Amino acid sequence: MKPAIDVVRLARHPKRPTSRDFIEYLVRDFVELHGDRRFADDPAIIGGIGFFDSIPVTILGHQKGRNVKENIRRHFGMAHPEGYRKALRLMKQAERFGRPVITLIDTPGAYPGIGAEERGQAEAIATNLYEMSGLRVPIVALVTGEGGSGGALGIGVADRVYMLANAIYSVISPEGCASILWKDAGKAPAAAEALRLRAVDLKELGVIDGIVAEPGEGAHEHPGETMSHVRKAIAAALQELLVLDAETLVQRRYDKFRRLGAFTLDDGFSELI
Amino acid sequence: MLTRLFVQCPQCQTTHFISFFKSADYVCSRCGHHSRLDPPRWIKQLCNRGTFRSLFANLKSLDPLGFPQYREKLDVAERTASGWEAVVTGTAEIGDMPVALAVMDPGFIMASMGSVVGEKIARLLEYAADRGLPVVMVICSGGARMQEGILSLMQMAKTAAAVRRLHGKRQPLITVLTDPTTGGVTASFAMLGDVSIAETGALIGFAGPRVIQQTIGQKLPPGFQTAEFLLEKGMLDIVVPRKNLRATLVTILKIHRTRPYPVRRRGDE
Repeated sequence: MKPAIDVVRLARHPKRPTSRDFIEYLVRDFVELHGDRRFADDPAIIGGIGFFDSIPVTILGHQKGRNVKENIRRHFGMAHPEGYRKALRLMKQAERFGRPVITLIDTPGAYPGIGAEERGQAEAIATNLYEMSGLRVPIVALVTGEGGSGGALGIGVADRVYMLANAIYSVISPEGCASILWKDAGKAPAAAEALRLRAVDLKELGVIDGIVAEPGEGAHEHPGETMSHVRKAIAAALQELLVLDAETLVQRRYDKFRRLGAFTLDDGFSELI
Repeated sequence: MLTRLFVQCPQCQTTHFISFFKSADYVCSRCGHHSRLDPPRWIKQLCNRGTFRSLFANLKSLDPLGFPQYREKLDVAERTASGWEAVVTGTAEIGDMPVALAVMDPGFIMASMGSVVGEKIARLLEYAADRGLPVVMVICSGGARMQEGILSLMQMAKTAAAVRRLHGKRQPLITVLTDPTTGGVTASFAMLGDVSIAETGALIGFAGPRVIQQTIGQKLPPGFQTAEFLLEKGMLDIVVPRKNLRATLVTILKIHRTRPYPVRRRGDE
C-alpha cells in the first residue's frame, strides 16, 4: 500500500482531472447553471444539468483551476457560502423535477475568509447537510481528489459515496493536523498516516461504499480509463437507487450516516461502527 | 485542602471574590466577560432544581484510529472534566416545561465533536422527536475532534440529519451558542436552531481567526466573529447576557408550547 503522503500528493496533483473534465466525459448535453440567487455565482463550485447515459441528471462539484490563473479565480476549489447555496439550489431543483444528483468532491476545504464568515459559511454547510439528508431523489457522491473536511461534506451527504483510489477524505489537512499535534507542518507525512485518509482506510472504516480504480500512476496519466471506471460505478449505483421509492431512499440515507462512529458503552458492551 | 477564595477574569485580569463571582453568574463585573461554565453549572443556571435526568451517559470514546496521544488525552479528560464526555445529555424542566437538554463541556478536549458527541446529540434529538419534547442545546466547541479523523467529520452529517427528525415531529431546536462555537459543530447542529441565541461576546464562526488571518494575510476587523457581529450579519436571532438567558428560554419555550393552528406535514399537499 502507498504511504499516505504519496496519495495526498496524487490527490492534489496539478494535472489531476477536475470536475469539469469528469462532467465533459460523463454527461452529454451539459448545460451549466449559475448562481445562488442570493449573492453571487461562486466559481469554486460548478454545476448544471445534462444526460448521464440516457438519464437526465443534475451534476455538480468543486472546481479547481487547471492553471495558476484559473486557480486564483476559482479560489483553488474552496467554496464560499454562495457556492454551497448554489449547490443546494441545484439539488432542490433536481428534487422538483425527479432527477438524480451526482456530486464530485475535490476541495482543500471551505474558504476561510472574512466574507465567507460574514455570509454564514457554517450556516450554508449546515443547511446543505440538513437538506441533503432529506432530499427525495438519489444522490451519488464521488471524491475525485481532495475531500477537505466540512467543505467536502457540504456536498457529500449521499446514498452512495465513492472515492477514486488516489483520492483523500479527511477532517483536517495533514499539514494542519501536524501543526496542531507537533507544532510542525513538516510532519505532515506522519499526520497523513495517523488520519487514515486514503480510500482504502475509509473503506475499512465503513465510511465509503466503494473505491474506483485508477490505472497506473494515477488518474492524471490515464484519465480516459479512470473515467470509464467512474461511469460504470455511477451507472451501477443509479440503477440500484432509481428503483427505490423516496421514503426508502431517505430512510436508508439516514441510517447510513446514523450508524457511523465508534464508541463503547460503559457496561462493557462495545460497538465499532 | 485550601478552598480557593479568588478568581481572575481571563479577559481583564480583575480579581473577584469567588462568592461574588458566582452570584454574578460567572460574569466579570468590570468588563462583562462571560466565563466558560461546565455542564453542572449550566444545568443549575437554567433548569428547575433537581429536574435534570441524565441520558446516554454511559457512552464512552474509543480510539478507532489508534491516533497519537489520543488515549492519554481521553484519560486526562475523563478524570478531570465533569466526566461525561464533551456533552451531557438528558431531560430537565426549564420554567416547569419539560425539555430535552444537551450541554457541551469546554473542559473535555475543548468540547470537540467525536463519535460520542455526535451519537449523544443524535440520540437526544431522536428521543425528543419520539416523545414530543422541545430541545435546548447549550453549545460550545473547538470543532470536529481531529483524533477520530473522518469518523468525526461524519458526525456533522449524522447530527444535522437528526435535527430533521425533530422537525418531522414539529418540535423546536433552541440553540444557545457560547464561547467559543467553531468548526464542524457550528457547521452542523449549532446553526440549525429554530431560534438561535448567543451569549454576549461569544466567539462564533466556521474557520478559526488564526486560519483566516493566515489565508488572507491581513488583520481581522475588531469584533469579527463575535456574537454581536453575527447578529448584525443576520446569522443569529438574539444575543443575551447570561443573567437574562433563563428568562429568554422560558418565554420562547412558552410560545412553542401550544399551537393555535394545526400544522401540515411536509409533503402532504
